[in-house]
Amino acid sequence: MRNFAAVLLFSLVTIGFFTWFSNFGIPQVDPAPPPKEEKLDLGAMTMEQFTALGERVYKGKGTCTLCHSALGGRAPLLQEAGAISKERLADERYKGEAEDMAGYLYESMVKPSAFVVEGFGKAGSSDTVSPMPDVSGGSVGLSDAEMKSVVAYLQKLGGYEITVEIPKDAVPETEEEATSRAPFKTAEAAIAEFACGACHKVAGEEGEVGPDLRKIGRLRDRSYLRRSILDPNAEISKGFEKDQMPADYGEQMYAKELEMIVEYLAALK
Amino acid sequence: MARLLGGLLLVVLAVTLLPGDWPAVDSGLTQSAFAQGAAKTETATAGIAAPKLTPDDYPRIAGVNGRIVVWLVAQLHLWFAAFVLAVPIFVFIIEAIGMSTRDKRYDDMAYEFIKISIAAYSLTAILGGFLVFSLIIFYPHVIQYLGAIFKDTMFYYALLFFLESAALYLYYYGWQWLQGGFRKWVHLTLGLVLNAAGTMLMFLANGWLTFMMSPAGIDPGGIFTGDVWTALHNHLWNPINIHRMVANVAYGGSIVGAYAAFKFLAATRAEERAHYDWMGYTANFIAISALLPLPFAGYYLAAEIYAYSQQMGITLMGGIFAWLFIIQAVLIGTLFLSANYYLWCGMARSEGAARYNRYIKYLAFVIVAAFLVWFTPHTLVLTNEELKALGGPYHKYLGPLGIMPAKNTAVNVMILFTALSFLIYRRANRIAMVGWAKAGNAVQVALFSAGIANIFFLGIYHGYFTNTVYKVASSIPQVITTLVVIAASIVIDAMMYRGAKEVAPLRWGRVPERAQYALFLLAVAFTWLMGLMGYIRSGIRQHWHVVGVFRDNSPDAFTPTLGYAANVVSVGTIIFMAMVIFVFWLSQVSAVKTTPAGFWKEQAS
Repeated sequence: MRNFAAVLLFSLVTIGFFTWFSNFGIPQVDPAPPPKEEKLDLGAMTMEQFTALGERVYKGKGTCTLCHSALGGRAPLLQEAGAISKERLADERYKGEAEDMAGYLYESMVKPSAFVVEGFGKAGSSDTVSPMPDVSGGSVGLSDAEMKSVVAYLQKLGGYEITVEIPKDAVPETEEEATSRAPFKTAEAAIAEFACGACHKVAGEEGEVGPDLRKIGRLRDRSYLRRSILDPNAEISKGFEKDQMPADYGEQMYAKELEMIVEYLAALK
Repeated sequence: MARLLGGLLLVVLAVTLLPGDWPAVDSGLTQSAFAQGAAKTETATAGIAAPKLTPDDYPRIAGVNGRIVVWLVAQLHLWFAAFVLAVPIFVFIIEAIGMSTRDKRYDDMAYEFIKISIAAYSLTAILGGFLVFSLIIFYPHVIQYLGAIFKDTMFYYALLFFLESAALYLYYYGWQWLQGGFRKWVHLTLGLVLNAAGTMLMFLANGWLTFMMSPAGIDPGGIFTGDVWTALHNHLWNPINIHRMVANVAYGGSIVGAYAAFKFLAATRAEERAHYDWMGYTANFIAISALLPLPFAGYYLAAEIYAYSQQMGITLMGGIFAWLFIIQAVLIGTLFLSANYYLWCGMARSEGAARYNRYIKYLAFVIVAAFLVWFTPHTLVLTNEELKALGGPYHKYLGPLGIMPAKNTAVNVMILFTALSFLIYRRANRIAMVGWAKAGNAVQVALFSAGIANIFFLGIYHGYFTNTVYKVASSIPQVITTLVVIAASIVIDAMMYRGAKEVAPLRWGRVPERAQYALFLLAVAFTWLMGLMGYIRSGIRQHWHVVGVFRDNSPDAFTPTLGYAANVVSVGTIIFMAMVIFVFWLSQVSAVKTTPAGFWKEQAS
């Protein structure tokens, strides 16, 4: 009986340790809830709203940033996709049928192997087969309108004229990434939550890893500030290093929060 | 008997319920849900569409969470199934060894192993039946959809139950009857039939679950237009088959080891202790033998998941589940350390082992260091103050150890040093008498040194000097290096120690009691690890019953946090352990005889 009790206790302590470690030894990341189904009224949409939809799809339901991000490095970055598309269409390795930038971007989503960027092909395919799935099917399952909205977003991202048209003849059922938290109400709350002060001097914090932001509004305009948050490596201030700031704030923040922070920083003069 | 009843239940289910005309469950399923779906579930040629469900299509029972019930029952069924599938594999091998060496001790041990698992068979069947009922109750449309696609295999699955049960009962109850000469061959053949039936059962069930992860035979519109073989032979079927087969053997070994450890601690006589010490050693040997290739089977499975869907692969390794692999590292580190610790303790069985004791600390150091590299996370979770102090989200020196090439290198080194522990244990009480013993030793040292150097070179070159997409390219040559070094060393060792001289006798039973706790640790950690990996295997489907085809719209479609999953796994492990203790007790109590004085008529007179 003594042995039995000892073995039982030993087993329970072992199980208890694993349970404790899983609950308190690692961060508890709350996975995003499943995407919620909702109807979109495309007929009443402005191009700005349509582009915003594209951004949401790109960063949410489309799961594009899983690979097309500086962190992962598993697929080409798409900030300059619009500019490069001309070269791609003229490349002899190009196997698609697109004739312009919008067509090329759209085709890349449904026939990703039409052109595979060097070094990003499936292993053993000599860059002829893309590992990317056709995003109109499978678990991504984007609708035609959603893919066009992504094209509009990518064109805007590269600073090009948006040539894609909003589909008017159909009101497709679409899905939007649901969010699990309420947006922060003030810029200070958002700055505290996103831990900006850990690296920057801002909002009473004294971080030293990044530039001092206490009077940043004097030096930089809104568009520069916005870009610095969304794409921190786009321009690095003198004396600071690349890759120090997380590149995924664009995915973590709501658009409203981003704008609140930009306004807050722009006002620091 | 319960297993036969379980088989019968499945036959009835497969024949009468699963085809398309299965009566609808009154769950408020909307007409639209099955507009393209269940109405078309008659034949494969017409195509089978997945229904679009609403939360109301999932029946509820007040106060019961359907998902947790299905989760726990499926996991318990799987633990028992893994055990009862694994034990006959090594019982068959041990019996064959006994037959060829004519050493009856092997035959007795094989019989004792199968005796332990016999009661577990009934529990496996009961839990299988419970699982089927749970799925019918809580996920009727999911099982109807899968049933429409897999009805043929479900029918044959049920029939295989009968074959397996018949083979098992004949194998176990006929053990003493079928002894000697031709009879022994018949008995061994029964063991083969038993294993073949069990393996086929597992392969069929694996086909159903891998279809849910990597569906095949689906047209661009999401309609299943393939045949049953297409569905079964989906992309992840074979990787799961291989992984489960190897893991089952390691797991079975660990559970039998725990049984032997308990019996050892409870033994009062020296012969008993010697017997259970030998049994525990053999079980640990089986567990380690299967544990060594297991990480490779795991990498193969993960690589195939990436190959099937990069998106799923990233969700698995780099997304929300990434931190799970830190827990996994703790568990696998526990497995390797406890298995090695048991071997080192076992060196106390012979005075001859003293020659090697001084090496143990180095082995321990390397294995712990490799474990710590595996355990190092890439991205640290830090408070503002910590982030400031660290100067960024990655540690300057430890950050590079967080990526896969470093971990691949670490696990290969850990495996090589475990193999080295085993080689040292093997030669502990012997001296090689062959003339080329010195040269043989030198070749072994050279093999290990070159292998380790190659593993480091591959890991460092691919990990830190190539493009991201090639970062894991080092894993295959690293694995090949490890396997070649182990295989070649074992062959050289076997040849070198043929006819070796014993320095001192190997005294079975002379092992510290703490070594037995290493065997318990192995069994508990293995059980818990299987539960955790079951969660991730199922969890990477996220909000899909069948990925990309059949969406989970139940209120429980969310992916739980790791802490939540760990709590469920812990509850399951405790239930499983309680049931296993019951099974062990049953195998013991059957041999106990009580003679009540004056109870029976004859005694009274």
